[in-house]
Amino acid sequence: MHPALSVIFFTVTAGAGYGVLFLLGISRLTGLTPDASPDQVTLMGVVGLVLVTAGLLSSTFHLANPKNAWRSFVRFRTSWLSREAVFAVLFYPVCLIWLACDFFMGNTTTTNFLGLLTAFLCIVILICTGMIYASLKTIRQWHTALTPVNFVLLGLLLGALILGFMLASQGLSTATLMSVALGVVVLAALAKIVYFYWIGQPAGPTINTALGFTRATVRLLDVGNSSDTFHNKEFGYQVDKVKLIWLRTISMILMALLPLLLISGVFGEVGSSTLLLAALSAYAGVFVERWLFFAEARHVVNLYHGFQRT
Amino acid sequence: MKLGLVIDLDTCVGCHACAVACKQWNTSGTTGPLTDYDPYGENPSGVWFNRIRSFEVDEYPNNKTVNTPMSCMHCDDAACVTVCPTGASYKREEDGIVLVDQSKCMGCNLCAWACPYGARELDEDAGVMKKCTLCVDRIYDEALPKEERQPACVMTCPTNARFFGDFDDPNSEVSTMVRERSGYSMMPEVGYNPVNKYLPPRQRPKAPTVEKKEAASGQSLIGKWMKRQKDAFNDFGKGAR
Repeated sequence: MHPALSVIFFTVTAGAGYGVLFLLGISRLTGLTPDASPDQVTLMGVVGLVLVTAGLLSSTFHLANPKNAWRSFVRFRTSWLSREAVFAVLFYPVCLIWLACDFFMGNTTTTNFLGLLTAFLCIVILICTGMIYASLKTIRQWHTALTPVNFVLLGLLLGALILGFMLASQGLSTATLMSVALGVVVLAALAKIVYFYWIGQPAGPTINTALGFTRATVRLLDVGNSSDTFHNKEFGYQVDKVKLIWLRTISMILMALLPLLLISGVFGEVGSSTLLLAALSAYAGVFVERWLFFAEARHVVNLYHGFQRT
Repeated sequence: MKLGLVIDLDTCVGCHACAVACKQWNTSGTTGPLTDYDPYGENPSGVWFNRIRSFEVDEYPNNKTVNTPMSCMHCDDAACVTVCPTGASYKREEDGIVLVDQSKCMGCNLCAWACPYGARELDEDAGVMKKCTLCVDRIYDEALPKEERQPACVMTCPTNARFFGDFDDPNSEVSTMVRERSGYSMMPEVGYNPVNKYLPPRQRPKAPTVEKKEAASGQSLIGKWMKRQKDAFNDFGKGAR
């Protein structure tokens, strides 16, 4: 699949924003940010919202006809993209009311309830985003439960590191959050490794089932078009195998290994600069991971363009 | 009613006439234009509802060229419809034709991603998704003579390899043909239940091949040895396939 930068930026950045807001939403109940004052929570919440908004704006650049984007709330019953759009819009008033409550009322039951509701919506939206891809039977690299799992875990990973940096730079305690972050980094890395093995297994349609000639070899003689088509441009993207392995390694190092070493204190005391480095490294790593997520996906229509298997 | 096409892979010669007729009719039809990019330049490209690819099936001397015209299969379980967030993509209750409402489409490409058959193409100029309409603006047009109320691709096919009809009627021409000639669906394992069916090439006697006269009789010692070498050479690598 063609890796469109607008979609990659959207899923990574909005994912990070939802991660920040999820952890912030449950922070009062779980004691992730024990010493943060209401205005500090609000400020960090606003940063999360900015990330989410930047991502959502970027997602509209992917549309060929954005003036009809408002119609995307219609097919809520069947379309995961519609569900994502509905929840993403529903999310704003809930999140804003929660942040306002936190700012004006501080740590109250209402605030905590609204925070919990925001956190819940964050996870729901991340799952919806993952399911847009996981629901496509035509791309076996995406049609797996690991897709939404990865979207959620990587969103939380970025959220934890960005929130950690914000806490540390305001001189607040990050101890509890960092132990959570350690767990999330390990889980996210494991899920991604399982995913790589999963998509490495041969499966799915072949050129034989695509054409119905299952008892003989089939090869493409003539694709029928003399220059690029919509299908070539959208689905024909292929990554060189050597480059693929390098990029997988780079993304795993940047998004998991380096942040893991940084926050576990291998390179000295965990301060705001360490956490900034960890957050930036993870962001770059997840960006490469998301690029690979698209670039590695092989749509079945390629079978009609000469691929022997997907 | 369940309208769709039957395509005979036995008689299709891959002339692309159906694709051209489709383009000609639909570019001025309800979903037109079928925009071309750089039409007179180095790399002419554009929107087509029908594309023909040629494949070689099996190995010499049993090989055969198979031409596969492919357009929208008007699937019974059309995922392009269910994934569409705006409701632009829909399947008609009355005849099963899958259509795109151009005024509602936001050009997100998700339906094209969901389609295994490459039936949907984005018009980059209009910013909306376009696809085969089964010539919905022809087949119900009472101003046309009855025999012309068929899709343009079916009308034009010079080898009579394309048929249009109602698959819900067990005695229609298309249903009968599918039954009698083992019509099948492409890529059924994706589970969309495509309505369009393909008729496999008919079985024919093997094409005559010229037998080479044996160089060695295989009787003498040297002849036997040479034959063994030749067989070993011919079998080399066969197990690896």
